[in-house]
Amino acid sequence: MNAFSDTSQSGLSVKNLSVTFSSGGVSHTAVHSLSFSLTPGEVVALVGESGSGKTVTARALLGLSGPHAQITADHLSLNGRSLLANTEQQWRKIRGAEIGFILQDALVALDPLRSIGTEITEALTAHKWGTKTTREDRVLQLLTQAGIPLAKERVHLRADQLSGGLRQRALIASALAMNPPFLIADEPTTALDPSVQVQILELLKQLRAAGHGILIISHDLGFVSRLADRVIVMHHGHMVEEGRTADLLSAPRHSYTRRLLDAEPGRRPPRPSTPARQTALPLLEAHNLSFSVKRQDGTRKHIVQDISLSLFPGRTLALIGESGSGKTSTARMIMGFQKPETGFIDFLGEPWSRSEKAGVPESARRGRRPRLAAIYQDPLSSFDPRWTVQTILDDALSVIHVPKPERMTRIRALLDQVRLPDTLLSKNPLLLSGGQRQRVAIARALAVEPSVILCDEPVSALDVSVQAQILDLLDDLQKRLHLSYLFISHDLNVVRNIADDLIVMQHGRIIESGTAQDVLTHPRHPFTQELVAAAHLIGDATSSLPS
Amino acid sequence: MSATNSLPLSLKASPRLRLPAGKHIGLALALLYLTLLILAAIAPHLLAHGNPYGIAPREAFTAPGWQHPLGTDQSGRDMWTRLIFGARNSLVIGIGSILLALSVALSLAIPGAFGGAVAEQCVKWIFEILFSFPAVVLALLLTAIFSSGTFPLIVAVGIGAAPGYGRMLFGQFLTIRHAGFIEAARSLGHSPAHILRRHLVPNAFRPLLIAGAMGVGQTIIWASSLSFLGLGAPPPAAEWGTMLAMGRDYIAEAWWITFFPGVAIVLTMLATTTLGRFLKNHFETSSS
Repeated sequence: MNAFSDTSQSGLSVKNLSVTFSSGGVSHTAVHSLSFSLTPGEVVALVGESGSGKTVTARALLGLSGPHAQITADHLSLNGRSLLANTEQQWRKIRGAEIGFILQDALVALDPLRSIGTEITEALTAHKWGTKTTREDRVLQLLTQAGIPLAKERVHLRADQLSGGLRQRALIASALAMNPPFLIADEPTTALDPSVQVQILELLKQLRAAGHGILIISHDLGFVSRLADRVIVMHHGHMVEEGRTADLLSAPRHSYTRRLLDAEPGRRPPRPSTPARQTALPLLEAHNLSFSVKRQDGTRKHIVQDISLSLFPGRTLALIGESGSGKTSTARMIMGFQKPETGFIDFLGEPWSRSEKAGVPESARRGRRPRLAAIYQDPLSSFDPRWTVQTILDDALSVIHVPKPERMTRIRALLDQVRLPDTLLSKNPLLLSGGQRQRVAIARALAVEPSVILCDEPVSALDVSVQAQILDLLDDLQKRLHLSYLFISHDLNVVRNIADDLIVMQHGRIIESGTAQDVLTHPRHPFTQELVAAAHLIGDATSSLPS
Repeated sequence: MSATNSLPLSLKASPRLRLPAGKHIGLALALLYLTLLILAAIAPHLLAHGNPYGIAPREAFTAPGWQHPLGTDQSGRDMWTRLIFGARNSLVIGIGSILLALSVALSLAIPGAFGGAVAEQCVKWIFEILFSFPAVVLALLLTAIFSSGTFPLIVAVGIGAAPGYGRMLFGQFLTIRHAGFIEAARSLGHSPAHILRRHLVPNAFRPLLIAGAMGVGQTIIWASSLSFLGLGAPPPAAEWGTMLAMGRDYIAEAWWITFFPGVAIVLTMLATTTLGRFLKNHFETSSS
């Protein structure tokens, strides 16, 4: 039973797979007649936006679809054996031993109470592999194979004690435990910072070289095309296009594939460089902001140190950094929700926030608050759950004392500005799509007639094609209304479409700043260079494809 | 969607209250029962013609039959009449004590959740102290101090139940206070008064309503237990717990004297809990 030997039967083969979920008399087909094959040493990518059926497919291949799913296929086989009639017991023998599963979020997938060593050992004992001592050796070997340095010391750590990248490696190590010839990786890098994504990508490449067949599932066409030999594009449960990566990227046949490609942030044209007008006064100015929190042992952890920035009229300043770099704390200080420990903030030429004990009272800010609007990563939580779109906008207009009779006209105009139909007025945002919610949030921000909008990761939770629409909308509104944006993001590819100026943060400090074009074309700091390299690696996938 | 599933029930979208037809037989029965109960409490004469206190020694211990559908007690009083007339007492005690419990709970939870860091810490301590007394013991203690009667019973049950509701509401209010939309309202430039009026109060009302509906049955049980122990309205009051206690001595010969008040208590508890559960599920799920 050497799965690595290449016989005509070897590999995972799927023909006309359909998955239908039914509950309460309503049935919904999530995957329609999908066919593909995966052979050892090959990487196939299943790409699509949320709701396209890619995760449903992965779960069907592992027998994890659950009792409500009805799976039909002409053919679903592993190395010539049909999997269609498998019992749960038979599936258990296949999962882990023949097909390994790598999940998206390692923090959720790994047991928080157990060490990663215990976790991997369990994968071995589940298949009755080896003895106690051979298992211990195997665990260390696996951790090393997955690229975890100092495996001997880290084997006793729990998932929450590891960084995101190491955690993902530990998860991959547990999927590799029984050396399964096939791996299914469901969004293996989505939760990771870009520089770590690149490392995981390299690890997956090594696994391919070692002969594993990998099915990688992702929403990010650019990312997977760096790795995949073949790409399958899915849309609403249908396969719309399949082909060799290079062919598909250079000559996409289906319009949906083209739309996906065009929406890739890295593919979109960078913003033309415009030098700052030196004559204008900054709208918002922050000087030497610092902020720290007290640790349990009494020492202080510095979250933000010595941050200064100036935002000029009509420009976009992007604040970029990985998780934990202090972006969010900086945003909270700028919003006046967090008092800085040192430094000060001026807004519209008057004090906005001060580190001194007296500070600036909230009542002094309130009058100017409408001039500084904000949109967030999760718009839904920023709406009162009882309110409809109309109530949300009406409430915002009441802030700037728009008389009641005029409000309805204004609300319609706002919806028009963010290109939403009037029919949504009576809807609760809960019933809207992610993109529509973010448009409602933008409409609310515009309602108070701001000069500055703080955008805190506004597109991070959205599908790429929706990201592109929202970024275009923001760009368009800026031109028409002469808005200034303070744009916070972890994604250099998103930022380069919209930013005039760029500030790169790491460990709470500014490590590089300048015009976006300067920083992106001539990054000076090693970390910025790494970020730019990672962004290019992911974005410009067509330029260096696996042959 | 998972993000919304994790929201506490107070932060769900408000759907229009739609009474389900057919599907919820339990709810329909509960509503029917509660309607009858409220009718009995307001106008008992419409449902029963006799006198709940009229003694007829010759008819004592009559088993359920045509003349007395639920039988008579040891003094020959009609059980049905006494149950119907007792509804008012039981309901007043149940609702009165839940109202008192919620008022006490609110007077701790509101300053605790919205009154700043010092108040929050103080309220946490108060809850810890209150929770170190078991609720029933607290209630017993209070009735012992105030002597027996309807009003002391309400006070005892109300105070006894207050810490549980207080801590629940405190937690709910804290979640509301830290919700994203409160910060969004601040960042728009709304005043604290506006935020209190438009966001905090309406969102806090919902958990309060559910707690109230689910709680009435619970307080009626408590009150009946205390009455049964002789700490409630003294005999011959037509009060379900007291009636239950009186029947205890004759349970071998006349089971109906204890059985029917017991059934009334259980049904009331079931009906209010069903209603409360419906409200809770309704607010939690109907938004999707």
